[in-house]
Amino acid sequence: MTENNTHDHYDHEGSKLGMWLFIFTELLFFGGLFIVYAVMRYKNGTAFGLAAEELDVSIGAINTVILLVSSATIAMSISSIQLKKTKLTLILLATTLILAIVFLVNKYFEWGAKIEHGLYPGSESLEQLGHGEVLFFGLYYFMTGLHALHIIIGIIFIAVMMVKVKNGKLNVNRFVQLENAGLYWHLVDVIWIFLFPLFYLIA
Amino acid sequence: MEETKEHKIVSFKTYIIILFLLISHTALSVFVTQIDLGNLSVIVALSIAALKSLLVFSFFMHLLYDKRMYAFMVAGVLMVMTLVLIITFLDYGF
Repeated sequence: MTENNTHDHYDHEGSKLGMWLFIFTELLFFGGLFIVYAVMRYKNGTAFGLAAEELDVSIGAINTVILLVSSATIAMSISSIQLKKTKLTLILLATTLILAIVFLVNKYFEWGAKIEHGLYPGSESLEQLGHGEVLFFGLYYFMTGLHALHIIIGIIFIAVMMVKVKNGKLNVNRFVQLENAGLYWHLVDVIWIFLFPLFYLIA
Repeated sequence: MEETKEHKIVSFKTYIIILFLLISHTALSVFVTQIDLGNLSVIVALSIAALKSLLVFSFFMHLLYDKRMYAFMVAGVLMVMTLVLIITFLDYGF
């Protein structure tokens, strides 16, 4: 690379390290919430068990599989950009993007059904159920909502990566941004891997 | 300046195998928690989740192929989280 590149600083390892440091803050952020969940569950075991039965295991399981597949496709897109297969990279990223949107659509219907049944923070029917149930659904909405926010950010992140792959800004020589998008997406996946058993399975 | 260091290209096959393992463990955790095992089902479900996240960290997030430094840092963060969990529970249970 020559003089036209003087302002173009590129440090693959440094970028990745920065992304990992951000991921650590995210892990500690959600980690704190998981600790809150653990303490609340310890204090209100029976109520949490009963409240968890309200959640639909099959929707949770389907969404888990959707996120796992999307994690695999974005991981494969990084291999394919290294193999100079631009078209395949774009197809894999588009698949990831579509799966992310399907996840959110499922979440919309899931939340919608709960809200229709009067199970939302501050609702009258929830207040009647008791302290433990209020805590469970409070945490459920907050943690899955925060996770959904991460999915939305991920969708934007992946869409930007697709544009950059398409116009050649990301290529076989410099693809660390795509790698970082992958790391972020896998983080979202890991968080869901724990949210799923804690809210849906342990009843 | 071109990056001269080669980056490991992970094969599609590896990712497909890991994906298969992740999905089958999800099915296993759904199956196991349908049986009434009492408190044991909490331990089983969380152990499976821990195993799944280990697979994601190692293969999807390339900890297995990248510099060791990343793996050590992740382990450090997880240790901090465990420590905070234990210290919190000193106030509540044990």
